[in-house]
Amino acid sequence: MAPILPGDRADMMRVATSVKGRSLWQDARRRLFRNKAAVAGMVVLGLITLMAIFAPLLSPYAYDEINYALVQCAPSWWPGTNVLCRADGAHWFGMDSVGRDLFVRTLYGARVSLAVGLVATCVSLMIGVLYGAAAGYLGGRIDNILMRFVDVLYSLPFIFFVIILMVMFERNFILLFVAIGAVEWLTMARIVRGQTLSVKQKEFIEAARAGGVGTWGIIKRHIVPNVVGPVIVYVTLTIPAVILAESFLSFLGLGIREPLTSWGVLISEGANSLETAPWMLIFPAGFMAITLFCFNFIGDGLRDALDPKDR
Amino acid sequence: MLSYAIRRFLGAIPTLLVIITLAFFMMRVAPGGPFDGERRLPPEIEANIMAAYDLDKPLYQQYFLYLGRLAQFDLGPSFRTRDFTVTEMIAAGLPVSLRLGLSAIVVALFFGILLGIFAALRQNKAADYSVMTIAMIGITIPTFVTAPLLTLMFGVYGVSLFGLNLSLPVGGWNDGALRNMILPVTVLALPQIAVVARLVRGSMVEVLRSNYVRTARAKGLSSYRVVTRHALRAGLLPLVSYLGPAIAGLATGSLIVEQIFGLPGIGRYFVQGALNRDYTLVLGVVIFYAALIIVLNLIADILYRVLDPRVRYE
Repeated sequence: MAPILPGDRADMMRVATSVKGRSLWQDARRRLFRNKAAVAGMVVLGLITLMAIFAPLLSPYAYDEINYALVQCAPSWWPGTNVLCRADGAHWFGMDSVGRDLFVRTLYGARVSLAVGLVATCVSLMIGVLYGAAAGYLGGRIDNILMRFVDVLYSLPFIFFVIILMVMFERNFILLFVAIGAVEWLTMARIVRGQTLSVKQKEFIEAARAGGVGTWGIIKRHIVPNVVGPVIVYVTLTIPAVILAESFLSFLGLGIREPLTSWGVLISEGANSLETAPWMLIFPAGFMAITLFCFNFIGDGLRDALDPKDR
Repeated sequence: MLSYAIRRFLGAIPTLLVIITLAFFMMRVAPGGPFDGERRLPPEIEANIMAAYDLDKPLYQQYFLYLGRLAQFDLGPSFRTRDFTVTEMIAAGLPVSLRLGLSAIVVALFFGILLGIFAALRQNKAADYSVMTIAMIGITIPTFVTAPLLTLMFGVYGVSLFGLNLSLPVGGWNDGALRNMILPVTVLALPQIAVVARLVRGSMVEVLRSNYVRTARAKGLSSYRVVTRHALRAGLLPLVSYLGPAIAGLATGSLIVEQIFGLPGIGRYFVQGALNRDYTLVLGVVIFYAALIIVLNLIADILYRVLDPRVRYE
């Protein structure tokens, strides 16, 4: 090997900078986008979200506009539908039991269901991450007490408590978000705590402590960013769980109030008029099932992407 | 072992107490009382009613009274269904819910284990992928969608297969006739089948790779014997710890199933109680279910330790 001359060193530096390193996140993104099911899930979910956001522009009807002449009319393309219903061609998903356009109602249901999913997941995320990080980082007796509390809550049939809450407080929209979110933070706290316990031992935490960073600062700046991977995965799995919980409550008649609607309400109405108007069940149920599938595919894809050793 | 069981049992008591306390006070914090009707009652009558239900006493006294009665398995009178106590209503609904739940568990275990083993033996082949895809569908699609869909198929349209009429009754209990049980049990079992199949597949894949299974194969045992005698025992272990969550899932599922199929079980009482603001009934059912779940979790944990010699008791 020839001795390295001063000029060569500059060359080598140039070569070194032109070869771009791949960060952990870039690697993860590459793996995620190679997963066909996850990409398909993201695309479909994006479409449904866009449809939900632009719902008023996509349909000439309002979500609470009633047309008594067309009660429980089938979609115009439905085989064997009557002349009156076929004449009005713009009701793609048919009409519900009081003559409202089902297409626009399904999209408004998507709005509520997705909003509940996001907000309640954020609530659970905040509680769970802070709680878990605190328990894991502080350790010792405090950790013991905090996690013991989680254990106790774990054995509660929580959906029953949400039902009690909804019964007692007159079906409040905000409360619905908070109640469901408060149910779902337990697993999050456990995941974060486990992750924190392992991160805590690392040298950079010691360095930060030596540098005089306070406990709170270390949790916020060093622990939380390092547990983000498993948390993201769990978030994508929490959103569908929350959507399900809301639909469950709405199905029982304890969720969203008329004329607002959610997928749970629509499915419940559809189940009641199954014999006369099956489209009232099929479309909302289909939308919800597809959405849940998308989240599950994305969650699985993210898990594979962020946690390669699990493959 | 015994000391572990006792320790766990003692640990369950505060949990139950937390549940009771939480449920009780949540109920009382809420605005409005159980007897706030459309019509205002004359004050004397209202006072009498309040006194009859101990509602005139301070809250902490009511709480301890409730605890005292609870210790004698008395959940108090139902506020809305006159002349019935909550205990009576739960006792009336329990046989229906229990039969439904147990049947669903048995069905779920049978088909779930079968599918799981099948998928594990054909790991990463088409059969495996299709079983796991179906399992994913089973987990994703909620009970309140499958129930109406199955009703539509078997009740309303009356699917017939090979000239065989497969139409089934879509509602009513009919004293637990088999025909009436098929649809509700199927609906309840479907998601559990999916979960069981996934669990069994995962653990069986591990076990089938292990050294002792290879030894069993090497000494010339048939594949059937290797699976049933050697692999299955270790492979089914994770199912024991799944028992607790499964019961909780069934309890939640039964709310929907009993509502849809009009079955007179506990779940339906609970939903009706919730809609009618029958506070004591709701409280009673929550406590009952919580106790059930806690006890079953406890049994599952202890069973797991008995069955798996690798888990040591500290």
